[in-house]
Amino acid sequence: MLAWLQKVDRRWIFLWMGLLVLEPLLFPVGFPIRVTRPAQMFADAVASIPDGSTVLMSCDYDPASRPELVPMHKTALRQLWDKHCKVVVTCLWPGGSGIVDETIREVHDEPAYRNLKYGVDWVNLGYKAGNEAVMVLMGQGVAGAFPVDYYNHSTSDYQALPIMRNVRDYSSFPMLVNISAGYPGTKEWVQQVNSRFHLPMVSGCTAVSTPEYYPYLQAGQLRGLLGGMAGAAEYELARKEKLGPATRGMDAQSLAHLFVALCIVLGNIVQRRRTPGSGA
Amino acid sequence: MTLAGFGGPDVARRLPCPALPVAALAFSVLLASGAAAQTLIPPAPASGLTWSDAPNDAGRSVFLTWRASPDDSSSPARVTGYYIERAETPGGPWALVDSTSRGVTTKEDPTVRRDTDYFYRIAAYGPGGRTEALSITGPVRATSQWMNQTRWSVLVFMVVFFGFVLYYMASAQSGRKPFVRRIAGIDAIEEAIGRATELGRPVLYVPGIQDIDQMETVAGLVILENVAKMTARYETPVRVPVSYPIPFTIAEEMVKSGYLHAGKPDQYDPSSVTFISPEQFAFVAAITGIILRDRPGAHIFMGSFYAESLLLAETGFSTGAIQVAGTAQVAQLPFFVVACDYTLIGEELYAASAYLSGEPKLVGGLKGADMLKVCIIAAILIGCVLETLNIHGFTAWMNTQ
Amino acid sequence: MKREVPLFITAAIGLFMILSFFVPHQVVSVPSDFLQQTAVILVAFGYVLGGANVLKINFDGIYKRKPGWAYKLVLVISLLVTVIVGLAEGRTWQDPHSMSIWIYDHLYAPMNATMFSLLAFFIASAAFRAFRIRTFEAGLLAAAALIVMLGRVPVGDLLTSWLPHGLQLGTIQQWIMDNPQNAAKRAIIMGAAMGVMATGLRVILGIERSYLSGED
Repeated sequence: MLAWLQKVDRRWIFLWMGLLVLEPLLFPVGFPIRVTRPAQMFADAVASIPDGSTVLMSCDYDPASRPELVPMHKTALRQLWDKHCKVVVTCLWPGGSGIVDETIREVHDEPAYRNLKYGVDWVNLGYKAGNEAVMVLMGQGVAGAFPVDYYNHSTSDYQALPIMRNVRDYSSFPMLVNISAGYPGTKEWVQQVNSRFHLPMVSGCTAVSTPEYYPYLQAGQLRGLLGGMAGAAEYELARKEKLGPATRGMDAQSLAHLFVALCIVLGNIVQRRRTPGSGA
Repeated sequence: MTLAGFGGPDVARRLPCPALPVAALAFSVLLASGAAAQTLIPPAPASGLTWSDAPNDAGRSVFLTWRASPDDSSSPARVTGYYIERAETPGGPWALVDSTSRGVTTKEDPTVRRDTDYFYRIAAYGPGGRTEALSITGPVRATSQWMNQTRWSVLVFMVVFFGFVLYYMASAQSGRKPFVRRIAGIDAIEEAIGRATELGRPVLYVPGIQDIDQMETVAGLVILENVAKMTARYETPVRVPVSYPIPFTIAEEMVKSGYLHAGKPDQYDPSSVTFISPEQFAFVAAITGIILRDRPGAHIFMGSFYAESLLLAETGFSTGAIQVAGTAQVAQLPFFVVACDYTLIGEELYAASAYLSGEPKLVGGLKGADMLKVCIIAAILIGCVLETLNIHGFTAWMNTQ
Repeated sequence: MKREVPLFITAAIGLFMILSFFVPHQVVSVPSDFLQQTAVILVAFGYVLGGANVLKINFDGIYKRKPGWAYKLVLVISLLVTVIVGLAEGRTWQDPHSMSIWIYDHLYAPMNATMFSLLAFFIASAAFRAFRIRTFEAGLLAAAALIVMLGRVPVGDLLTSWLPHGLQLGTIQQWIMDNPQNAAKRAIIMGAAMGVMATGLRVILGIERSYLSGED
């Protein structure tokens, strides 16, 4: 067994990983989830937004981050719409505008939100090239930075987009909700917007980026932080959403993490027991 | 008017039954119309409108503050909010600039033109109508400032930093080259190129996945020139896939320059530098394809990387190549550390060009950056002590807007 | 002049942009805003160069039947079809039944997601093969990795639910994220930021000039 492990083809490892991820998706286990402090802070921060406010939501991700970020995007949108908040959505990733629009539409199609109107209760301003330059430009005027929305309506046309009547610049929003997969994303929003314009913000990001944003959470520049699918599942639990997509994915993630931990331990055991002359 | 006015209970017994509910109905209608009459009264006016020029800007906005209407917190609400109106002359015409909800008594107007006089007035409005303030305020003028007063701390540190760097550069050029510790990853670059030469395989160099506006990309491209010089010396081909168009044109120049400085301009192959795609996973798919097909003997990843870092490094490992990586993307460092033979961490990436070239000016610059680190450490310690003693001036000075 | 003019432009604009961080006055801020917008436009035009290079390299490979030329053909056809479809549909590309959206939903999105998913498999194989505990520091790293990995998912709390709250994996994981991880991350970020400043200064002052190529 040990000899086999020393020379194991990595495709066996891939196969085991695949099976361990697939099995709980087909036959859920139901590991209990606990809401951690950063996720609770996110939910509380969004809950503290005055009802009926207009909120800025920047969705900076693409289809690659769908499993981690789409669930938290949906839950955040539901929480805002439950508070009768209006949502102004932007996207700074070129490959993201399609999936962002699709995500919003999926939440809108739910029975509780079907009566909401585009242009009144939310607007999707779509993608704008320029990364940090766009963030700074929005500080001078959101309509100037996004002259048309995702559907090519003029953002100065208040008949088509009544929501934009009350949107001037960052002072029009009580909070920024940022869903971020990398660059440009949370770090740039903190550097360019939170520190310059003092717009309170919360962030939901991929798990790999989460450690990088802990200093901002600790300094108070972020009011809350959701880390990856685990953070999304905790948020769903905090919002009492039963069996949301992130919650269902946690079984698979749990087994995957266990498997990686086992690989680390086994790999070291194999390495230590390696007999001399058996090769690198 | 009460039932007693009609004769009291005797009246209730003597009058036909419908009279009592009719009287009650009349009474309640009277009460309701009285209540309606109360909410239809316009609110008392706001007062005390003052203004101040927004600091640290290019004369683009002013701050307005006023005292709330005395009816602001009445119940039922007589004030819904406040209208802010503006004109260029005291007589008007007045244009609505903005509005606030009740309870809010400050607002910024960012729509002014600089060095232009304006006049403002505040009107409280509610269900009963609107009431203008008793006076107007003006002339109000937004002006530009020459210096952002909250950024002095940044200026001081920047001047100190530039001073250190320039001093040590000059010092190094005059012969006093500072000691720099060896970094294994940088020394390994030449070793990696040598290994590829022995195997008769090309060298793969990836200058990151970001555009030229990221300093890591600049650092990666600068190191590329040194690597190209080495590959030219060893007469080993180099493959440089690039993700964005502008770094692509600069990478071409860097490789050409490297071959030129090595004295072998005729060996430069223009097709060694290729533009792939700014799309992250398309880029990594192309590079893994190059790795698996061309089997380079050495992989050098220097620049800004994201999720593709492990895909590149693990695929590269599977081919048995020697791998050296360097990035300042903290989240990706663990993947490179695990999967590569050598990793440059954060600042070491920016220092690599100085190490590789050995130029006194560049090495002197390293020492200058180190001296600024000493200053920052001192500032952190001083700040901690002062905050502990409840002295906030230093922290306030360091706070920028 | 061939080298001096670009160096002068780099130095002048670089110093001007640094000045714009401190001086809000319109004499500085208006040209600075213009330069930032110009940079965005320049980058956009750069895609023309890049596209031309992709076509040139791949056409050459197809014509000369270099190894893997069939894949190059697929690349060129995909590129041209996507561009032509996008141009033909114009502003109607966002319509739910447009060809562009079909390409996005059925080709781009799944391929993007698939490539990202490879990470899960590669992490497992890297963990088995490469995560060697040879020193005390490597042991600390491994211990922290195991605690954080298991503490972040429900199974970690399940395994240690019988322990006091302060000793459960989730609690220890949170402490690691809040304290040592945070401190180390800050230090690396600060060091990298100084590296950025030093590199920027070298480029602005023309000390780093290899991007111009040619003789010194």
